[in-house]
Amino acid sequence: MKIYGVALLCGCFLAGKFLGQLLGELIGIPGDIGGVGFAMFLLMLVSLYLRRRGWFSDTSESGIAFWSAMYIPIIVAMAATLNVHAAFGGGWVAVLAGLGATIAGFLLVPLLSRIGRPSDRGQNPLK
Amino acid sequence: MDGVETLIERNGLILAFLVVGLIMGAAYAISRYLTRGRLPGAALAILIGLGLAFLGGERGIADHPLFAGMAVLGGSMFRDFAVVATAMGADLETIKQAGKAGVVALLSGVLIAFVAGAMVALALGYSNPVDITTIAAGACTYIVGPVTGTALGATSDVIAISVAAGVVKTLAATIGTPFIARYIGLNNPHSAMVFGGLIGTTSGVVAGLAATDARLVPYGALTATFYTGIGCLLCPSVLYLLVRLFV
Repeated sequence: MKIYGVALLCGCFLAGKFLGQLLGELIGIPGDIGGVGFAMFLLMLVSLYLRRRGWFSDTSESGIAFWSAMYIPIIVAMAATLNVHAAFGGGWVAVLAGLGATIAGFLLVPLLSRIGRPSDRGQNPLK
Repeated sequence: MDGVETLIERNGLILAFLVVGLIMGAAYAISRYLTRGRLPGAALAILIGLGLAFLGGERGIADHPLFAGMAVLGGSMFRDFAVVATAMGADLETIKQAGKAGVVALLSGVLIAFVAGAMVALALGYSNPVDITTIAAGACTYIVGPVTGTALGATSDVIAISVAAGVVKTLAATIGTPFIARYIGLNNPHSAMVFGGLIGTTSGVVAGLAATDARLVPYGALTATFYTGIGCLLCPSVLYLLVRLFV
């Protein structure tokens, strides 16, 4: 049933967020550190395990696939609720600092991508 | 008319799904017929969303009672939930291979954003180490900024600037990524993980990658999710002390 997939997703989500929050508290930071990341790892590992055992059907997975397909619409809704006026109301400091940080990050992508990259290019699973 | 308004107020989230569906439909139609697919539909939809945000205030279009449901649909709960769901399509082996690069990207991402922000603050005449650190932290993400500012006791106008810097970064990543992706080799999971670590604003990374190539999203999200935490850790401590040394 589809709800099994959704329930698994919810379980992993909450467990991951909990771990992230725990880590945050441990270090003394409000909010969570990597909660989404932990949840993603959990989901990958648990679903792999369940599938090997044959306890995870395609129908169950389609419950997760639905939410995975919903994130672009959700991002659109998020974009529509951003405080865009604040972005420009902060003056030049804010605009330049934000832009500068983004561009600096963009420029470093090709450089750091070289670290540990598989030597043969045929390994890109997207191709 | 009152009846319609109560109906919508009680079912705000449902209306939000309908509104976003219409935006997506319009965006994909424009992408296909007006730009012949050159501008991705997802990117256009996000741009339309940003345009709508200008009609509102602090919470964008959701400031209008009719569209309050958009804040629920676009809030962090649904966003994180959907992003976690994309992990189903991610390849564990690839992640293992890119792990080291991802960690290096995370640390250098926080550092480079901080330095860029600090240089801008210095250049525009800020001289107080607390102000410079807070603005520089805002250049990491719009959460790192206020967390750092509050920890260091910055004034509220400086904190507001730091939040604004973070929002500008989110916007720049959202809009800029699909255009620059080709030039920085952002076309495989490996570089997507590096990208997520370097840019760090989860919303900007996810939105930018969604507009570029949806299959890259889980990889970028995976590293980006650690960025804000690391930023909150480093900015008010080590990086603040460094700023005090130099200023």
